[in-house]
Amino acid sequence: MEILSLLGDGMLIAIQPLNILLILVGVTVGLFIGAMPGLGSVNGVAILLPITFLVPPGSAIIFLAAIYYGAMYGGAISSITLGIPGASTAVATTFDGRPLALKGKARLALVAAAVASFIGGSVANIFFTLFAPLLATVALNFGPPEIFALMLLAFATFVGLGGDDIPKTVLSICFGLVVAAIGFDQISGAPRLVLFGMNGFLGGINFLVLAIGVYGIGEMLWTLDTTRGEVTSSKADISAKGIITDTGETFRLGWKGMSIGSVLGFFVGILPAAGATPGSLMSYGVTKMLSKNPKEFGQGHVSGVTAPEAANNSASTGAMLPMLTLGIPGSPTTAILLGGMVIWGLTPGPRLFIEQSDFVWGLIGSFYVSNFFALVVNLAFIPLFIWMLRMPFTVLAPLIFVLSIVGGYAAMADMFDVWLIVLFGIGAFFLRKFDYPVAPAVLAIVLGPIAEPTLRQSLLLSSGDPTIFFTRPIAGPITFVAIILILLPALKYLRPAKARPAE
Amino acid sequence: MRRGEIITAGVLALLSIYLMVDSTKLGVGYVAGKGPAGGFWPFWLSVGMLISTGFIALNWYRRTSPPSQSDEPVLDAYGRKMLLLVGGGIIVFVGLIDIISMYGAIAVFLLYYLRFLGRHGWVLTLSMALVLPVAMFFFFEGLMRINMPKGMSFTAPVYDVLYDIIY
Repeated sequence: MEILSLLGDGMLIAIQPLNILLILVGVTVGLFIGAMPGLGSVNGVAILLPITFLVPPGSAIIFLAAIYYGAMYGGAISSITLGIPGASTAVATTFDGRPLALKGKARLALVAAAVASFIGGSVANIFFTLFAPLLATVALNFGPPEIFALMLLAFATFVGLGGDDIPKTVLSICFGLVVAAIGFDQISGAPRLVLFGMNGFLGGINFLVLAIGVYGIGEMLWTLDTTRGEVTSSKADISAKGIITDTGETFRLGWKGMSIGSVLGFFVGILPAAGATPGSLMSYGVTKMLSKNPKEFGQGHVSGVTAPEAANNSASTGAMLPMLTLGIPGSPTTAILLGGMVIWGLTPGPRLFIEQSDFVWGLIGSFYVSNFFALVVNLAFIPLFIWMLRMPFTVLAPLIFVLSIVGGYAAMADMFDVWLIVLFGIGAFFLRKFDYPVAPAVLAIVLGPIAEPTLRQSLLLSSGDPTIFFTRPIAGPITFVAIILILLPALKYLRPAKARPAE
Repeated sequence: MRRGEIITAGVLALLSIYLMVDSTKLGVGYVAGKGPAGGFWPFWLSVGMLISTGFIALNWYRRTSPPSQSDEPVLDAYGRKMLLLVGGGIIVFVGLIDIISMYGAIAVFLLYYLRFLGRHGWVLTLSMALVLPVAMFFFFEGLMRINMPKGMSFTAPVYDVLYDIIY
């Protein structure tokens, strides 16, 4: 009961007029920054960090956390309406959100994303309040082999359940991982894969370059080609009643994704160096795996939207946990928040809960309040987002191209990367024509920088013995499941080939 | 499509071989006391890519993948024209950024797309082609403090005026 009274005090701090105002401004700004391709919660928090020196530290972190929350909601918006992930955390939302919008169910997809984000955030808040210190110690036991095993599982769910051509899926994953390896060897610091001797590759290729190229340009060219330029954008009507009906639909069709995303996302979010992006991608994969009709995923399944959206909000709350309790940031955004706390003179770590109890519980209270306001602000803006979709395609298409190029430059500040976006876009257009799935490549480039060092550290730990992934108590079962998932389609793939001559 | 499928697989196979060769520069084996060498990870992934292209070629030979059964052209007349006008338009747009600045290139691209590809009226075209770059200027340069390329020096007078408004 002590927790409840502490939480009550925290909420009272969070609903002080100054803090409420900061939360409202924060979630609204975050929503729009998150919705803008190329800008994510990291940009929003980093850019607005200096502003927070004008208010007391307790209010400052509440403001930044509200931006973080808003951006998690906002990332889904461009994924659904434009088909370009607004941030890496919303990559998985495009898989089913975009097809739903193309079917004329944009409102349902947007409502599902908002409601799932709210549920994911709420579940994570409850977990956070109840188990903060305990969970932090469990997650700390995750060493490189466990994290690599998790990454392997994420890839395996794509191969095993993609329903796409298997060799093409594997090629797509390997390609994404190799692209992630371009630039510098993270461990030795030596330049690596500086292709064709071009210095532009020295800086590496950010996932955004591939994601914007594939979704912003490749996908648009493909749409223009297959629809002969006669795209009828979705004509969803805008009404309060419709939003309520869609909320019902979200729970009816998407409860499974929401529950899996909320729980799994939180746990992956706690893991150091993992964060919301792998959390959302894995939740998508697992929900698809457990679904009765995995084939419907990718065609516009509501659970395909609710799973990653519940997960990314849940994970972003989870990522705050090791930051506050142990001083280890779980994501780039929390790393900046941590930096801010140090500047304000607060030392994160176990003693923070004792010495700065008001601060910690005020922040936790603000999670509940921000989450609620983010839902309200997001639902209120849905008509605006749908109005954007009603624009004729000959207006929407050039806007998407412009946003892709501008967003790409804003994020990378390098023309070389802008040219790469164009190259990846045109390449993705042709690969798409030949049925190569491109989503696995985007997943791979995001997870590559986590997968490679954990693999190499694990092999270093075991002196090069790969059985380390099978013998450890947590890593073993995860690796085992991943390998079964990879072998499953391989068996399916070989069987009809043998049976064919008899046909 | 059938010919395109095997050509694509061939190009990807060549790319994987190039990546494999380039990865060997940092060593691909296990270095005692240091763990796997820097080229280990990309090398074996490129091998994975090469093996995948082998299977794609096998499926092509057996005619089991949809593109390897199709006799339709990869791009018909409409597709070629679209790729040339839209894809080409994007390439020109990006090429113009270093000459007439990001915002200038956006204005030209919108003008081209809305008026000549979209066949929209001059009112809509001009209002979007002028308002959007200016709005973006204030958003990026003023609010987000992100500098976009300003092109060659002849654009300076315009930006001097705009910067005066921000500061």
